[in-house]
Amino acid sequence: MLRWLMGGGREPQGLSEKSSMQSLGEEQIQNPYTELLVLKGHHDIVRFLVQIDDCRFASAGDDGVVFLWNAQTGEKLFELHGHTHKITAIAAFPSSGACEEKNHLILTASADRTVIVWDCNSGREVQKVSCFHSTVKCLTVLQRLDVWLSGGSDLCVWNRKLDLLCKTSHITDADISALVELPKNCVAAAVGKELIIFRLVVSTEGSEGWDVLEVKRLADHQDNILSLVSVNDLTFVTGSHVGELIVWDALNWISQVCDCNTWDPSFHTVTQQEIKLSQNQHEVSIQHLTSDAECVFAAVGKGIYVYNLQMKRVIACQRTAHDSIVLHIARLPNRQLVSCSEDGSVRIWELREKQQLPAEPVPTGFLNMWGFGRANKQVSQTAKKMQESTTTYSLELIGDLIGHSSAVQMFLYFSELGLVTCSADHLIILWKDGERESRLRSLTLFQKLEQNDDLQLRF
Amino acid sequence: MISAPDVVAFTREEEFEEEAYNEPSLPEEYSVPLFPFANHGANPWSKCSGSKFTKDFILISEFSEQVGPQPLLTIPNDAKVSGTFDLNYFSLRIMSVDYQASFVGHPPGCSYPKLNFVEDSKVVLGDSKEGAFAYVHHLTLYDLEARGFVRPFCMAYISTDEHKIMQQFQELSIEFSKASECLKTGNRKAFASELEKKLKDLDYTRTVLHNETEIQKKANDKGFYTTQAIEKANELASVEKSIIEHQDLLKQIRSYPYRKLKDSDFHPYEPECALDQANASVDQDSTTSNLDDPGETHLYARMPSYTPKLIKAKSAKCFDKKLKTLEELCDVYFFTQTLDQLNQIEKTFRGDVCYLLTNQICEALLKQQSITNFLFEDKSVLDEKAAEKQYSGCQGSNQDTVNIKCLEESPIPKVLISLESYKSSVESVPIKMEREIEDSREPEVTEPIAFDRENLEYLDADIKGSISSGESIEVLGTEKSTIVLKKSESQASLPIHPSPQVVRSKAVSRRTISEDSIEVLSLCPSESLIPEDFKASYPSAINEESYADDEGRVIHISPSLNPSNIEEMEGNSEQEKLLPVDSACCIGKESPNFLEPLADLTHKHCDDDGVVSIPPQPYRQVDQGFHVNFTDCSSHDVVSGGVLSYELDPHYLSSREASRISLDEHSDSTSYVSSAASTCSETPSPAHPLSHINERHKKKAGQNALKFIRQYPFAHPAIYSLLSGRTLIVLGEDEAMVKKLVTALSIFVPNCGVYAKPVKHWVTSPLNIMDFQKWKLIGLQRVVSPAGVNMLHSLGRYSRYISILDADSKTLRCPLYKGTLVPRLADHRTQIKRGSTYYMHVQNILTQLCSKAFLYAFCHHLHLPINETETEESIASRRMNFLKLHLGLVNEDVKVVQYLAELLKLQYIQESVSGINPMLRFDYVPSFLYKI
Repeated sequence: MLRWLMGGGREPQGLSEKSSMQSLGEEQIQNPYTELLVLKGHHDIVRFLVQIDDCRFASAGDDGVVFLWNAQTGEKLFELHGHTHKITAIAAFPSSGACEEKNHLILTASADRTVIVWDCNSGREVQKVSCFHSTVKCLTVLQRLDVWLSGGSDLCVWNRKLDLLCKTSHITDADISALVELPKNCVAAAVGKELIIFRLVVSTEGSEGWDVLEVKRLADHQDNILSLVSVNDLTFVTGSHVGELIVWDALNWISQVCDCNTWDPSFHTVTQQEIKLSQNQHEVSIQHLTSDAECVFAAVGKGIYVYNLQMKRVIACQRTAHDSIVLHIARLPNRQLVSCSEDGSVRIWELREKQQLPAEPVPTGFLNMWGFGRANKQVSQTAKKMQESTTTYSLELIGDLIGHSSAVQMFLYFSELGLVTCSADHLIILWKDGERESRLRSLTLFQKLEQNDDLQLRF
Repeated sequence: MISAPDVVAFTREEEFEEEAYNEPSLPEEYSVPLFPFANHGANPWSKCSGSKFTKDFILISEFSEQVGPQPLLTIPNDAKVSGTFDLNYFSLRIMSVDYQASFVGHPPGCSYPKLNFVEDSKVVLGDSKEGAFAYVHHLTLYDLEARGFVRPFCMAYISTDEHKIMQQFQELSIEFSKASECLKTGNRKAFASELEKKLKDLDYTRTVLHNETEIQKKANDKGFYTTQAIEKANELASVEKSIIEHQDLLKQIRSYPYRKLKDSDFHPYEPECALDQANASVDQDSTTSNLDDPGETHLYARMPSYTPKLIKAKSAKCFDKKLKTLEELCDVYFFTQTLDQLNQIEKTFRGDVCYLLTNQICEALLKQQSITNFLFEDKSVLDEKAAEKQYSGCQGSNQDTVNIKCLEESPIPKVLISLESYKSSVESVPIKMEREIEDSREPEVTEPIAFDRENLEYLDADIKGSISSGESIEVLGTEKSTIVLKKSESQASLPIHPSPQVVRSKAVSRRTISEDSIEVLSLCPSESLIPEDFKASYPSAINEESYADDEGRVIHISPSLNPSNIEEMEGNSEQEKLLPVDSACCIGKESPNFLEPLADLTHKHCDDDGVVSIPPQPYRQVDQGFHVNFTDCSSHDVVSGGVLSYELDPHYLSSREASRISLDEHSDSTSYVSSAASTCSETPSPAHPLSHINERHKKKAGQNALKFIRQYPFAHPAIYSLLSGRTLIVLGEDEAMVKKLVTALSIFVPNCGVYAKPVKHWVTSPLNIMDFQKWKLIGLQRVVSPAGVNMLHSLGRYSRYISILDADSKTLRCPLYKGTLVPRLADHRTQIKRGSTYYMHVQNILTQLCSKAFLYAFCHHLHLPINETETEESIASRRMNFLKLHLGLVNEDVKVVQYLAELLKLQYIQESVSGINPMLRFDYVPSFLYKI
């Protein structure tokens, strides 16, 4: 906290709570994470975490090594060496059905232009594919078809046995940066500013073969598409570097009712304002999107926005949720939202619904010091406007996790087992519910006592 | 000598009180000026009146063959130590109780001089007039020039407090045995190399003489010899004889079993290992040395290191020569080692006996707290156990079991029992060692088989040597040794299995031992080892014995099957017992009533010895002899199975008997201990230096902590932070100051595991989350520079995990504390003045805390539902209730106990699993800034 004393100015008066960075006091009653375990292993930035099953996950990053961990104990299960360059994409390939025993595979793509399939149970390399012309930047598993796709300068379709089923022609403009599965065997690929829809069709020759056809190119975005997420069977959402958020119909691939220019004035103005305010494009770039059935959550610059698909407007936002760019957000089952940022912190938010005008804000602790001049007023006005109309929603900070000393790249939520975060400081931290862990330890203790027969009195 | 009144009586309690002995003196810190009008002994604080010295010291003296008993040195080596106390007189006293009528020269039936491999003897004696009581440890060192090659020495621990000597006898005995063993090892080494030089000289002399004779022969062709020629021939013959004798001596000394000598442990800086002492060069400056040959030939040798010299037959008056000093007698390295050890002993036993006893009990108890003791206890105390294990591990299962058992089994009874046993024996008691059992056993385990044989030969020879009168005894000895040999072989497979040989051995050895113990009581030299090829020299004896023993053997087998035979067997042994009792010279001086029951007892005891092949009994050393006294002989097999746990049961014994037995038991245990000790280490036990360092550290830490709590009004929350597992950072520019604070506070830091304390005294780099996971108390440098800003930034960032004590501005930033526990722990108005006292106070309260944590962690129903329908909430509320009502914890104290319990759980669960990082637990609680 000394930091504020050194750098921060006095808190500007009259700021509405919503616009300044919300912060908590040191008491975080709702924050369940009271125990942490630091997992050391990587020696470079850890960028990816992927869940394998209920209690295992894999981590990968710039050191090219993949680690498998036990999420309960923090035990390092395997250290997978095979890539010579940094890892660019990772995907879990769950077993296809009940036919064979649980055979968990993970796919990793690296800058060394290879993709390796690993067996998570034995920690062995199953197979290595190295016939790529460029780095594979994204991997998607189409569970339904039991194939996986790799996207780089072209789109390749592979089956479980790592046979190349088909591939597209070379995409000239840019590489595929993101892939999302759409209904009717379609895939949306983000290529630069464009969104390309591919469709997989049963190949005419082979029995098992697939062909991939380019169906449509959508060029609605002004800038590079950074994030791409499927909301439900009917819609998917894209976000671009300049803050455009477009909601698409997943079946006919047209931007839905609110298209790019008109879809939400408040949101739009905000982004416009931002652009004017700071020339930093990062301030508005949509880094990550996530969604539940009714809302899309967007990590925009330092802020988090909640866009309601029904109401077709932003229902809640935290413009400066973090000190720095938000890198990853995820929706937890219990109406909570977790975000992590370049500032090294992870924050837990709750989307609260209020029927009335809220009484003036809950005390925010003594760290409420960040202000953004005019922009804040604007937002507070819009906020007031919104409050007048209907039920209002707000994102309340209920806890923050501070442990990493550098950007938190990603996190994984393991419901009961806790939260795993990975960071540019080479560490992975396992955040746990201290109460639960204590109970578990007691349980193990008495089991062990029984086992050792120590429960008998000994003199 | 034997009936010397000065040998302290092992009195029973009642008699003891009658005698109005001096009260034990208190440690200095407790002592108050004497009440001027108090009569002697009227108040418990009075010091011993008669004594002319104040502090305990160690005296080494020698029975010089030239001037008689003389003191050599004292430890501490300070004139003040002994004060007006007459060392010369006391040396005479202590040397005079030595039983070792050193057996010199040629034993009957043997043509060569033999070395006495004399075992140490341990005697307690007191001089109430002088107010001095002493534990006296006699030992003999070899000296080629000395009479019988032996020089008797003794080391005595002299104290004004009789109780101390009595109650610490066992410990003293262990420690002195170690020191003695070290000294003797060095002496053997020196002796061997001296012999080698001597041999070279002799060899050279022979060559010269031979040449001269040849020349004379040639010169003189008349066919008859001149007087001169005859003289030369005689000279040559005597030189040759001398060579053979010396070679034999060298063989003897070299083959002395180097038990337990772990060279790597022992002299890490010495390249050559003690075993090939032959090649070892002795740094001893042996200039001119006279040689006294027992073969009546007085040879004169001038020995510069390597060049052989001519030795002339020349009779020298033995009083002319200058005897070697103690330092010259041993290798310098070993000598200094021994001195170190003795210094260590002096330090260890410094202070009042009650203090020592309490410490011992405390340590033993702590070891029992295997689940909680890691939290606050010293590493060293706990490590000792590990070290002990390691030690004994290297010397085989026997010691292993016993050592560990001794440590683990209840220590309090031990103290009581030994007290009892000491007190109860009225008679003057030379505590004698029966080394047979151990001797025969240890080498089996530790030495290569090849060694065994030799060793055993010595062993048997030893017995022969020890008995200067009576052939039967010699025979017995021989027999025994054969048996032992057999046993050693059979032991490898199955020691319990009663093969005929083993059984025979039991019977025989039983008798043998009974003989031995009589000797012991009568202060006879019992354990001198005379190396001998017994098969060559005493073949008849073997036969005789084995035949004679046939009967006993048969009977002996049966008891194990049929208890009714016991009587018969006992009778048998009675007979056997009668047979060897011939050392009348010794017994004669004993009071008859003493002898009688003893004979009875010893025969029982010998049964114990029949158990030679089994490992020492697990319960306690002391119980070893004891047990055997009460279990019938047939229980051998059971005993050897190690199912032994005999408790002292007074109903078994008449008090008189009890006293005898305890005496005997004691002597037995002592002997055992001594041998065990000698087996495991001649090196100073590593625990001791450590514990002394710790003692100092404790004192310092306690002192600093006292200062801290007096100086800082916010000591309580700081200590609370430590106890609840929140990392405390001591921030400051001055390294010394920060380190001092860290040292002070470190006594409050619970250990997270059995590894080092999670305390980091000085860090200069910025901290990260890993540090808080690893360290609970960190001294951090405050840097006035951009880097410093960075560091402060990281502190601010992690503020929820840490408390910050700013040593420069005297502020503390940490959570609030309102409990009652810490105020008791750290009362700034405390009357405690001394650091070590305060340290103990802290330990005391922390131990209470540990027990609370233990209760909390291991109470089943506090953590698990009593029935299935119970909800988590109700368990949680039960938990809280327990903490608050049963354990009486207030506010934040709950968190302390919870944290400690968590550590206990972790430790218990992960005992086997190591290397897992401890997790960092934390709370989201607000911090406050405290200022002075």
